[in-house]
Amino acid sequence: MADTKHVAADAAHGGGHAAEAAGMPQLEFAHFPNQIFWLIIALGAIYLILSRVALPRIAAILADRQGTITNDIAAAEELKLKAQEAEAAYQKALADARAESARITAEARTAIQADLDDAIAKADAEISAKAAESEARIGEIRAGAVESVELVAKDTAAALVAALGGASDDDAVNAAVSAQLKG
Amino acid sequence: MATEAPAEGGLVFHPMDQFIVKPLFGDGAVHWYTPTNVTLWLALTVAAIAALLVLGTRDSKIVPGKTQSIAELAYGFVYKMVEDVAGKDGVRYFPYIMTLFMFIVFANFLGLLPMSFTTTSHIAVTAVLALAVFVTVTVLGFVKNGVGFLGLFWVSSAPLALRPVLALIEVISYFVRPVSHSIRLAGNMMAGHAVIKVFAGFAAIAAISPISVLAITAMYGLEVLVSFIQAYVFTILTCVYLKDALHPHH
Repeated sequence: MADTKHVAADAAHGGGHAAEAAGMPQLEFAHFPNQIFWLIIALGAIYLILSRVALPRIAAILADRQGTITNDIAAAEELKLKAQEAEAAYQKALADARAESARITAEARTAIQADLDDAIAKADAEISAKAAESEARIGEIRAGAVESVELVAKDTAAALVAALGGASDDDAVNAAVSAQLKG
Repeated sequence: MATEAPAEGGLVFHPMDQFIVKPLFGDGAVHWYTPTNVTLWLALTVAAIAALLVLGTRDSKIVPGKTQSIAELAYGFVYKMVEDVAGKDGVRYFPYIMTLFMFIVFANFLGLLPMSFTTTSHIAVTAVLALAVFVTVTVLGFVKNGVGFLGLFWVSSAPLALRPVLALIEVISYFVRPVSHSIRLAGNMMAGHAVIKVFAGFAAIAAISPISVLAITAMYGLEVLVSFIQAYVFTILTCVYLKDALHPHH
């Protein structure tokens, strides 16, 4: 299996490696010390790099990140509480404003109602005053008219009596007219 | 299957060549200190991990960028795994397990690059990892629980007559752990890469090369999955063993 060139090379410097190199270079025991020596150095180097530099650094990064995340979550929680508070305050302000506006509306309504009632009362009074006045005037006019009718009737009666050649007796005429009118 | 080119008429199979350990400079012998391709790819693995986890998190942003996200994802993934499987007191060992996971996952993925060398396909590498886990966990078990750690092998919920038999089985399975732990990873990585190489060899024949290319693509997709899953399996088994060491009672 082994390449003759290498077997030859091995034979040249190793002296008698040809036999065990017949299959696997892995079983070339003469190379073991070399491999083991360098392996131990490599593992030592990796261990030093990891334990001194890499692992503490990565652990610090991860812890840092965890801290940042925790802080951020706490801050978010706080902000959320603040937002809730603000919302509650806003709702309260809104409710207050609603109540205030309802109060103002009611007040305005009562004031307007009072004004209105006043105005209505005043108007009613005025109307009734005017009506009474008009009534009085109508009464006066009516009285005036009745008086005039009586006067005219007496005059007419007197004139008629005179025209018929009677002696005008004012008192008799007046009494007769008054009696007629009353009848 | 691998033979010389002339004998197979153009078909050249060297599926295992990719695993050969070679010196980086020159052609000399491979001593324990020689910089080899193993060294190169291990160094690239370290560099890639550093790039992701150190350079990627350089800005330390609260809202992460792409690279930082991936780094954090890897961290969270392994951390959660350790916490879930090994328990709260297992978290102390998180850096070690993170080291294991990052190394295996990056070595596996870097091994998928064409022309690369897969360090985790070598039993020498995975055996060191598995033995390190095994020895650590065993020592930890005795340090934390004293002789009580042996309670791990004494299944107190089983009928008394069965317990010695179960204890024997438990002991055997305990010692087989590092073997299966290491061979699973190396075997998976090696087999997939070798199969891709074999398909690649077939691509030299014009008539079947489209199938070969398709097969390579499919295998590559599978290997991407396997690379991650094997790293995950290795790590989660480590966590399970760690849990056994911390809480040996069933």
